Parts: sequence; structure tokens; C-alpha cells
Amino acid sequence: MPITYTSGEQVEVYRFSIPVTIGVPLLALFLQAFVPLRFPRFAAYLDLPLLVTIFFAMARRNPISGLLTGSVIGLAQDMLGHNPIGIYGIAKTIVGYGASSLGVKLDVENAGARFLVTLGFYLVHAGVHFTVARGLVNMTQSWSWGHEILAGLANATLGVSLFFLLDKFKQRT
Amino acid sequence: MESVLGRYRNLIILVGVLFLQVLGLATQVKRSGNDTENTRLIRIWVVGAITPFERGLVWIQSGTGNIWHNYFYLRGVRAENRQLKAQIEQMRLEQVRLSEDAAQARRLQSLLAFKEQFISRTVAAQVIGSSGTDLSVYIDKGENAGLKRDMAVITADGIVGKVLLVYPSVSQVLLINDPTSGVGALLEKSRLQGVLHGTASGEVVLERVMSDEQVPVGETVLTSGGDQIFPKGLAVGTVAKVGNGKELFLNIKVKPAANLSKLEEVLVLVEKQERQATAEGTVRERAADILAQRLPSLPEKPATPPDAKTTEGAAAGSAKPAPANAGPKPAGTTNAAPPQAARNPSGAGGVRSVSKAGEPAKTSSLTPTIQKTASTAAGTVAGSNLEPSQTKPSQTKPSQAKPASAQPKPSKSADSPSNSQPLSPTSSQPSSQPTAPPSSPPGSDENTPD
Repeated sequence: MPITYTSGEQVEVYRFSIPVTIGVPLLALFLQAFVPLRFPRFAAYLDLPLLVTIFFAMARRNPISGLLTGSVIGLAQDMLGHNPIGIYGIAKTIVGYGASSLGVKLDVENAGARFLVTLGFYLVHAGVHFTVARGLVNMTQSWSWGHEILAGLANATLGVSLFFLLDKFKQRT
Repeated sequence: MESVLGRYRNLIILVGVLFLQVLGLATQVKRSGNDTENTRLIRIWVVGAITPFERGLVWIQSGTGNIWHNYFYLRGVRAENRQLKAQIEQMRLEQVRLSEDAAQARRLQSLLAFKEQFISRTVAAQVIGSSGTDLSVYIDKGENAGLKRDMAVITADGIVGKVLLVYPSVSQVLLINDPTSGVGALLEKSRLQGVLHGTASGEVVLERVMSDEQVPVGETVLTSGGDQIFPKGLAVGTVAKVGNGKELFLNIKVKPAANLSKLEEVLVLVEKQERQATAEGTVRERAADILAQRLPSLPEKPATPPDAKTTEGAAAGSAKPAPANAGPKPAGTTNAAPPQAARNPSGAGGVRSVSKAGEPAKTSSLTPTIQKTASTAAGTVAGSNLEPSQTKPSQTKPSQAKPASAQPKPSKSADSPSNSQPLSPTSSQPSSQPTAPPSSPPGSDENTPD
């Protein structure tokens, strides 16, 4: 699976309509909160807001836009829970920044690249979340490489499908 | 300088955003630990944006489910209904037994001036969503329904958690398997107390039980009431695994009684009362009473004008002593006849009877055949199955009713536990509901016709 190195001028930058910009993250948050009621293991393995963050960040290819998108989605995710606000915010800010920076340098339009990028960023996200939750907030956290890799693969698989679906909403600048 | 800022602009903004978030995080942690009350105003925006959709979807789901289950999918409902009715009967009998125990416990507690907590009001709520990240759920009731922070949330199976944050129309419930939750618990048999809390992996463990204690797998865990949130004695779960924990304590894994991963409806305990136990509220219903309602009786027949002989019998019957559990009464007071017998006019005019004195008390009027025997006996010697209007003392003919022999002796009344109330431990107590068959008083052989 080739990940082609391209210059910033060669890659295309996309934008999204306001309804999509607001609606898709909200829908992701909604599904993340609702689906576990029917499928309890869903939340343990899949992180839809993270996938949306990665997608928007890579498509816009603007680090500031990426980190702000990640920050907003992460903080919103924090607000739905009962833990201090900022844990997911910090993790997704870093992911948003990293994904958009990577999008500038690499062509991440093909499925293989998307799979690897999503897997990598899931692990980065899990690592940052674990560090912040344990180091800053002193929360009880457990780390299992097996679980995290499995969850990363699950997210990457879902991400590839989801990204192709969300590609329909892209608008060329 | 400008070129440096321009070159590292993205990085500087990233650091700035992260710094702000870390600052906010530190403020929250320092201010009140993990207390979410301070951030309620911030959280309400997202909760307000997400929960209406969740509520709507749950409403549509439940509506569709109700249409399917209530109108289309009714296969086996009759059989299930029969089964449930039988189960109710069993449970009512069990309830009578337990009520006796409870009454006894209350009497003892009142002697000790013991204060106990009662669940006096609950609010039913539906789970509409989860946080998606931690072990908490949202329910569709909030401040408007009278919910407050730290109220206990339960299901019929066991405890679920406590109310953590209350919004106008929704509330967030912290589940007992969350690492930040804590519940005072005790083991049912050994009465060992501990603290129940969740783990990062979503399990429930009971800690603070000394390692030299014996805790069998499968033992029931109940709330101890020590946390001031859950009343004492609610089901928590069962012991699933016992291992060594930190220091000198055991690490006891508990399988929650309530299915925390598939919650749908819950009850929020909005009001608890603490009152001193009293000996009042004793059992009002006995097992025999329940059985009397349950077992078949002869069908009702339209009232027919009794012939002369019947009238005589009926009149004579009016001299029948009161039902066994009505206590010894003089003849002519049979308007306290058992309703069951009164419903059965067929025996009112019966003149044949082969029953011996005292036998009706031994047998039960709860079966149709025996009841018939008893009622025919009533036709001759007793009027227990007559309508009250027919059982006026003035109708009693002294020649047919022999008050002396018809008067039951209390010492041999039909209240005998072995006869009339075989199933209830309370059978020796007089009941307000007449159930025992009309019994012939001792020495009433002379009332039995040849």
C-alpha cells in the first residue's frame, strides 16, 4: 500500500458546508452515546468522534483547522461524560493537528493509507488519553496493548468505509 | 521574530490550545476533585443538543415495539397469562409467610427502638443514552420530575447507580461499575461489610473485606445502607470470584444483579423515610384465605322459592352456630356466614346430610364436594349458606334448632389449625375473613337426620 509523498501544492484541499461541519460531528457524538445502549461493547472498541476528527483534519489539510476541530469534538465528548472536561479534548486536539499535518505531506486518499493512518492515530489518541487521565487527573486507568490494537484495527476498518461515505460531502475549494 | 512566529504559527497555536485545556483541567481537578457540579453549565449545552435526539429515537423505538408486541405478536400470551397467574398465587402465599416474619421483625425492632429506612416514593425513568466514554447513562427524567443529585437508581433486579448530574429534563446516572462510584455493601449470610466500586475494565469489586474471612462464590451481596444513598437490603449481585487484594483485604469480584450493560427502565428513589419500627401493620391475609379464593366453589344458582321443608331446614339452619372463625356465637347470628357459603344457595334447602358433627370442620369447604356436604348439613343444622335476611333469629324454630347443642364450644371450634388452615402458620389466629366451613358443634349428632 503506497503512501505517496506529495507537496502541499499537489494535494487537494477540501471544505465542507456548515450543516456537514456541524451535523456530522454531532451525529458521531449521538451515535457514540446511543449505540452502546444496544451494543454494550461498541464504546469499548469504536470511537466515532475520533474517526470524524481524523477525516475532517485530513480533508482540510490545515493544522489550525484540524486542531480546532479536534479540540471542539473532544471537549464535546468530555461534556457528555462525568469526568473532568479536557481529557478527550487534549487527545483529539493532538490527533487533529497530527492528521492535518500529515494530510499536507501525504496523499491519504486511498484505502490503505487511510487504514494505516487511522490505526496509528487511534493508538496516539489512546496513549495521550491514558497519559492525561492518569497523569493529570489521577483517574483509574488500565492499559492493554491487546485491547488497544484490536480497537485500533476495528476503528481503522470502520474508518476506511466511513471516510469513503463522508467523501461525498467534500467540496473542492 | 515575525518570521519565527510565522514559521511556527501552527505549533504555537497547538501549544496554546493544549495549554488552555490543561489549565481548565487543572482548575477542575483542584477545585473539587472529580465533582462535575461545577461544570454543569458547560455540559448542559452538549447534553441539550444530544439528548433530545436520543429521547426521540427511544420514543420511536418503544412505540414501534409496543405496536408489535401489543397488537401483532401475541402468540403464547394466554399460556403465559395462566403461568403468571399461577406464579402470582405462589407469590401471594409466600408473601403471607414473609409478612409474618416481617411483622415479627417489626415487633422486635420496635422493642429496640430501631430506626429503618423505607422507600416511600420512586420515579420510573427510561434510559435514553450513555456518555459513550465512561460508565454513566442518561435517563429521561430530571429536575422537572423531582430528581436530585445522589438519589439512588435501581431496577427490579438490583441497584444500578446514583444520580450524578441533574438537568431540567434529563439526568446523568453513574453506574456502580464505574471506577469513581462507591457503594456500602454487605454479604448476605456472613454479614461481612465492604465497599463496592467499579474498575477501569467495568467490573464490580467488593473491597475492605479482611483476607482471613471465608467468602463463598455465589453468595448474595446486599446494600448495607452505610453510604446514605441506597437503603439497606437492596440486591447488589452475587460473588463471582474471590482473590487476594491489596494489603490484608480480599478482592471480591461481584456479578451485578442488574444487567448494567442493557438497561432500559429504572427507578429513581426520590424519597426515603426513616421511621421507628412499629408493631402495626400485621398480617391481614392468611394463606388459607388466599387458597379459599383460589379454589373453585359451586356455581351460583338463582334463588328459588324454598319449599316448606327447605324453609324449615333453612330456619333450622339459622340456628347454626357462626362459622368457626367467627368465634362462638349464639344461634341465630349466622349473618356472619362465610360469603362463599352464602353464595351457594343450593345447600340452603338441603335436608340430607350424612355428615357427623365436627366433620365439616375437619374437611374443608374449599372443595366443591365437601362444600356440598357442609352446606347440606347446614340445611339441617346450620344456616351458614343462607342470605343474611333469611337468618333472622326470629325465624328460628326452637324445635328444629337446638340452641344448646348448636352452640359451639370454643375449645372445640373449627379454628383448629390442622383442619381449617393447614397451610398457614397463622392459622391459630382468628381471621377477619371467614374461610372455614361451617362446623357442627360437638355433640350435634342429634342435628343430623337419619
